[in-house]
Amino acid sequence: MKFVRMILGFVLFTTLTTTLVFSGTLENVKKRGKLNCGVSGGLAGFSAPDSSGKWKGLDVDMCRAVAAAVFGNAKKVKFISLTAKERFTALQSGEIDVLARNTTWTATRDTSLGLNFAGVNYYDGQGFLVSKKLGVKSALELNGASVCIQAGTTSELNLADYFRTNGMKYKTLTYDTSAQSRQGFESGRCDILTSDASQLYALKSQLKKPNSAVVLPEIISKEPLGPVVRQGDDVWFNIVKWSHIAMLNAEELGVTSKNVKKMAKGKNPAIQRLLGTSGDAGKNLHLDKKWAYNIIKEVGNYGESFERNVGLNTPLKIARGLNALWKDGGLQYGPPVR
Amino acid sequence: MGNLFDNIEKRGISVGFDFLNQESGFGIAQTLVEYDETSTHSKVFLVGILNTILVSVLGIITASIIGLFIGIGRLSSNWIISKLSMIYVELFRNIPILLQILFWYNVVLASLSSPRQSLVFFESVFLNNRGLYIPKPLLQDGFIFVAISFVLALVAIFYLSKWAKKRHDETGVKFPIWTVSFGIIVFSTTIVYFLSGSPIELEYSSLQGFNFVGGYNLLPELLALWFALSIYTATYIAEAVRAGIEAINKGQSEASLSLGLSKGLMLKKVILPQAIRIIIPPIINQYANLIKNSSLATAIGYPELVTVFSGTSLNQVGQAIEIILMTMAVYLILNIIVSMIMNYINAKMKIKER
Ligand SMILES: N[C@@H](CCC(=O)N[C@@H](CS)C(=O)NCC(=O)O)C(=O)O
Repeated sequence: MKFVRMILGFVLFTTLTTTLVFSGTLENVKKRGKLNCGVSGGLAGFSAPDSSGKWKGLDVDMCRAVAAAVFGNAKKVKFISLTAKERFTALQSGEIDVLARNTTWTATRDTSLGLNFAGVNYYDGQGFLVSKKLGVKSALELNGASVCIQAGTTSELNLADYFRTNGMKYKTLTYDTSAQSRQGFESGRCDILTSDASQLYALKSQLKKPNSAVVLPEIISKEPLGPVVRQGDDVWFNIVKWSHIAMLNAEELGVTSKNVKKMAKGKNPAIQRLLGTSGDAGKNLHLDKKWAYNIIKEVGNYGESFERNVGLNTPLKIARGLNALWKDGGLQYGPPVR
Repeated sequence: MGNLFDNIEKRGISVGFDFLNQESGFGIAQTLVEYDETSTHSKVFLVGILNTILVSVLGIITASIIGLFIGIGRLSSNWIISKLSMIYVELFRNIPILLQILFWYNVVLASLSSPRQSLVFFESVFLNNRGLYIPKPLLQDGFIFVAISFVLALVAIFYLSKWAKKRHDETGVKFPIWTVSFGIIVFSTTIVYFLSGSPIELEYSSLQGFNFVGGYNLLPELLALWFALSIYTATYIAEAVRAGIEAINKGQSEASLSLGLSKGLMLKKVILPQAIRIIIPPIINQYANLIKNSSLATAIGYPELVTVFSGTSLNQVGQAIEIILMTMAVYLILNIIVSMIMNYINAKMKIKER
């Protein structure tokens, strides 16, 4: 525990001193028989083990989709839980094959860490949770507040920007996990908790007295969250990118986990190409013809995954909003399979 | 090494130390030097080092004091004292330090109330779950005179104690050097302080909005970490002290007692000066461990080197190798400094063959 990061750094150090290059991720994954997927250890709706120990969430489904595309079996995933601080080193060092840990796509991360973002599986933004006692109605009244936040996140940077541009002062308390931030908030160590808005409602519901806190209306940043892979392995990059796109297109075309079998036999050419009844998409991706069929069969389309994990019938009760398909006024837009 | 950086660069990861000049973009709760989010990562590095040194120095001082007393306590002829000391050592040595840090942190936080219901002492010291707030002395113009008189008093005491020792060696007459020195310092500085027009003003903390501003603020994270490190490390120091004292031949204590020395004087003049040479080497290790253990602060968010630099900075710029190497170098250098100081003391303490 003590020097976990040091050790990770060292793994990186040693793998890099030998002239090993990480191309062939697909072969490695196949040889191993399992996909190593880096996720958050406990983030309701995105990745968290349920009471029976089964991993659930939007990010978890992203990993399962990739496994379904590669193996035809969504269960062949090993989930590795990482803190925000550990995640990039874990990916760079090859400990994981794909990172699906509510990670914001930023220029620095995409260009200087040797990583590539393979899409956006959730459009988020940063918000504030404050204790009701303080009687605060807007984030602009937060001058002088103590803020609980997680180390190594974009939230840290956005917070600094927001307070600076509004001429306000603040004190940060930087913890490693959301659970610690929540405890800090609950014990009154800080006045505000800030993180991706999708999480605030989950964190609020986990408080001992959920009604003692309110989420402020302001959203202070753009947080496009998506799966990440290493730079320099385009085959693998394509697989992850198109696994996500396949789920979007399936939703758009009305293909679900329930009707996929029937749909595959239908006449719609777009559906035929997606499900591998015609066209070469699978071959070009170095995958089986039925790669997308398997994703949808085993995991479902994007809408199914969204509703099951974070939608209105889950404790998070999140509306589709920005994450609706483009034709419904949202931002999710899958390039065509052809 | 060249090969290493080539490989990293080939994989699209930035290399080099340019990031040190980049704006950090994040805030830090406790900074001993001027810092804000527009400062650079090299400033983060400095802030981290200073915070590590702060908690380490505080921890080393208190751990040594507690350890000395507990170590002596274990050898006490008083049954209760020796048993209590033993329980202390066995208890705190066997609970993992990380758990102790978390425990004290939660105790500290749970037992303190919000800023608006702070505990107040002398109308100027405030304690709440944001930490301990104490007034900050602001030095005014005339303070230089107070400082000068303080230094002069120290010089006077130095010569006085030399004279007293000489007279003691020659005639055996004792001189109450401690009381007199104390008197000199307090008396002279107080007089000069008032003569120069009370040149220290206090900046008090006051509640503004959510939090107190002004004065010094000791964070709860610092208090908890300091407490845990002291209590834990003291157990090892106590054991070293006990072993050191026990190693001094029993005959010596019997001899000094029969010479009519009191027990306290015997410890001070005969046993400890010899035992210290046995005690110092294991204690160097404990000090080094304390410094390393201070990095467990990441668990409670105290902003020391590992938390802010190889935690947050590393994550923001992603240059793991450079940052981890720099961090390791700091720990190495700190440990070397500690052992140099202690070895120096040890050399001074060596029995001089006459
Ligand atoms: N999207 C941001 C924040 C990511 C992040 O770490 N968020 C926190 C709170 S929303 C989290 O995932 N916590 C889960 C955990 O600690 O297990 C980023 O990529 O930097």
